[in-house]
Amino acid sequence: MTEMTYRQALNETLRAELKRDDNVYLIGEEIGVFEGSYKITAGLLKEFGPRRVVDTPIAEEGFTGVAIGSAMLGLRPVIEIMTINFSLIAIDQIVNHAAKMRAMFGGEVSVPIVIRTPGGGGQQLAATHSQNLEVWYAHIPGLKVVAPSNPADAKALLTAAIRDDDPVLFLENLGLYNLKGDVPEGEHVGEIGRAAVVRQGTDLTVISYSRGVVTSLEVAEQFASRGVSIEVVDLRSLRPLDRETFCASVRKTSRAVIFEDDLLSYGIGAEIAATLGEGVFDWLDAPVRRVAAAEVPLPYAKPLELAAMPDADALTKVINETLAASAFKPGSTGGVTNG
Amino acid sequence: MTDTKRPTRAKGTVKQSTESAELLREFYEQMVLIREFELRAGEMYARAKIGGYCHLNLGEEATVVGLTAALRPTDYLYTTYRDHGYALARGMDPGAVMAELFGKETGVVGGRGGSMHMFDLAKRMMGGYGIVGGQIPPATGAAFAIQYRSKAGKDSEAVMCMLGDGTTNIGAFHESLNLAGLWNLPIVYVIMNNRLGMGTSVEHASAEPDLYKRGSAYRIEGVRVNGDDPIEVRDAALAALETARVKRRPSIVEAMSYRLKGHSVVDPARYRSKEDVELAQENDPVPAFRAKMLKQKVLDEKAVDAIHAKVDAIVDKAVEFADSSPDPSVSELFERIYATPVPNMPHSYPGDPVVVLS
Ligand SMILES: Cc1ncc(C[n+]2csc(CCOP(=O)(O)OP(=O)(O)O)c2C)c(N)n1
Ligand SMILES: [Mg+2]
Repeated sequence: MTEMTYRQALNETLRAELKRDDNVYLIGEEIGVFEGSYKITAGLLKEFGPRRVVDTPIAEEGFTGVAIGSAMLGLRPVIEIMTINFSLIAIDQIVNHAAKMRAMFGGEVSVPIVIRTPGGGGQQLAATHSQNLEVWYAHIPGLKVVAPSNPADAKALLTAAIRDDDPVLFLENLGLYNLKGDVPEGEHVGEIGRAAVVRQGTDLTVISYSRGVVTSLEVAEQFASRGVSIEVVDLRSLRPLDRETFCASVRKTSRAVIFEDDLLSYGIGAEIAATLGEGVFDWLDAPVRRVAAAEVPLPYAKPLELAAMPDADALTKVINETLAASAFKPGSTGGVTNG
Repeated sequence: MTDTKRPTRAKGTVKQSTESAELLREFYEQMVLIREFELRAGEMYARAKIGGYCHLNLGEEATVVGLTAALRPTDYLYTTYRDHGYALARGMDPGAVMAELFGKETGVVGGRGGSMHMFDLAKRMMGGYGIVGGQIPPATGAAFAIQYRSKAGKDSEAVMCMLGDGTTNIGAFHESLNLAGLWNLPIVYVIMNNRLGMGTSVEHASAEPDLYKRGSAYRIEGVRVNGDDPIEVRDAALAALETARVKRRPSIVEAMSYRLKGHSVVDPARYRSKEDVELAQENDPVPAFRAKMLKQKVLDEKAVDAIHAKVDAIVDKAVEFADSSPDPSVSELFERIYATPVPNMPHSYPGDPVVVLS
C-alpha cells in the first residue's frame, strides 16, 4: 500500500496502462502541454510523447467521435472531457454512437473507450459548470458508468475501465482530487458493476457514490459517537447498478437514506428508492428518504450555492428524522418488525 | 482584407489621428478603467472575496474599447466568459459589476451568475457565456430576430458576437456562420485572437490559423486588425456593423492581441515561454496608447495622472459598494427561474420531504 491522492492514483494508473498497451492513448483538451485542467495528466506528454497524449482543439463532439472511430479499429482511447458539463457537446457521439454500435451492428464491433470527466458543484462555478449529469449516462443501455469515491477504487476502476471492451464513463469530482488514501501497489483491477459496503452498521444504511460517500462516512462517524450504527454503501458503479448489495444492506438495517449530489427528481436516488421499495418493502421500518440537490440552476453566490447543495447537515437531519419515524432508540437492533 | 501573418503594433509609424482629443482621452480613460478594475478583481480573488472562475481582459483593453465604441446603444452584444471589460465599456455600473463578482444581491444579475455571466438587458449586453461557443448560436438568433422584424438600412440594429481564437474550432461556430451566411443575418463575429486558448496556441489548434479567413467556406468576409489599437479596431467594427445594417451580411473581424496573464486568475501560465510573455508585455496596449497620446500631445502627464486618480476612485468605490452590499437571500433560491408559474414548481431544499399529504 502507498498513500496517495485521488489525483495521483489516476495519474499513475494512466501511466501504467500507457506502458502496458500501445493501443491505449489519451486524448482531450489541454491534457498535454497544459498537463490537464486539473493536472491529472501531469508529466504524461513528456514521458509518452504526442502520439500517445493527444492535445485537441476545443471540439468535444469532434474529438470524442474521433476516439470512438479509432476504437472501432481496436485502439483504446482514454478521453478527458474537461468537465462533465462539456460532455453535452459530445453527447450525440456518446449516446447515439458509442452506446449503440455494438448492439445495432449485431455484436460485430465494440467501442472500448473511457471518458474521464469530473462533475459536481460547490466551487462557485455557477449553473453551467456545476452539474451532475451522470444520471443522463447511467440511463443509457450500452454504456457503463463508474464513480469511484476513493484513491484505491479510482485505480481499480480506471484500470478495469481501460481494459473493458465497452464505452465506460468514468466520473470524477473536483472535490475528490486531493483526497488521500491507501492504494495497493502493482496490478489492482476492480470489477465494474459491484457496490461495496464501506462501513459496517446495523441501524440505518446510507447509500451514496463519488464525493457523497466521503460525507456519508463522516456523518456515520458522528452518529457512532451517539451510539447509532450506520452502514454506508458506496455504489461505485451506476450502470450496471448492484441492486443486491444495497438491498441486502437495508434488509439488515431496515432503514435507508440516499445521499447524492445529483438533482432530486429522476435522479440516481430515485432509482435506488424504487429498487428498495420493490426489493425490501417488508423489511423497511421507515420511509426511504433522499438527500439531493435543490432543483435550481446552481447559483454563483456562496450562500445560495450552499443552500442548494446537499451537505452533512442535511444528511444528519434526514437520518435523525428517519430514526425518529421508526421510534429508534440507540442500542436496539434494526429489522425486527416484519421479517 | 489584410493578409499579414503576424501583424504587430504599428511601431514607430504613429499616424496623426484625426479623432477628437476628447474621444481619445475617453478611450484612454476606459482602457485604464478596465485595466485597474481587472487588477483589483485579481486582488479580490486572492483575498477570497471572489470565487469560482475569473477570467480577466488584461491585455485586451484596446479591443474592448474599440469594439464597444463602434456599437450603438440599440445594438446587441454577446460575449465570452472574459466579459468584465465589455460590461464596463457598455456602460454598466462598475459597482454592480464588482458586486456580481462578490456574489452580492446588488450585482448585475443578483449574484446568480458571477464573473462569467454579466448581463444587462437595458444596455443590450446580452451576456457573458461560460460554455465555449455557447454564445454564438444565440447571438446569431438575435440577428435572426432583427432580420425577422425590421428592414435593412442605416438605422437598423445589429449584433456583435465575441469569441476567442480557440473557440473558432467548435462546431457551434461553423454551424452559426453557415446559417448567418445563408440567411443574410446582421451580425459581426469578432474573434479576439489573444494567441492562446488556455495553454494551446492558435497554430496548434486551428488548421487555418489565419482566423479571419475561417468564414470563407461560408462566403463571409473577414478582416484582421491590430487589436492593440482601439481606433483601428473601432473602424473595422464600424465598417462591419454598417455591412450588417445596410447589406444584412455577416462578417468577421479578427483582433490580434496578447493575453497578458494566465487563462484565469489561478493559472500561473508556466507553459508560456519567456519570449512569449515578453512579447505580450511589449505589446501591452495601455502603456502603448498612453505613450502615443503623450507624443501626440493629446494628453500630458498631468492629464494622465488625473485620469488614473479618477479611475482609482471609481474602482475603490466599486469595491466598497460590493463589499458592503448584502448577500442574496437564501429564501429566494427558487425565484427568477421560471417565467410562467405553474403548480408544483420545485421548492424543496436538500433533505426536505418530497411530499406531505394534507
Ligand atoms: C465546451 C467547452 N469546452 C471547454 C471549456 C473550457 N474552456 C474554457 S475557456 C477555454 C479556452 C478558450 O480559448 P479562447 O476561445 O481562445 O478564449 P480566451 O480564453 O483566450 O479568451 C476552454 C477550453 C468550456 N468552457 N466549454
Ligand atoms: Mg484565446
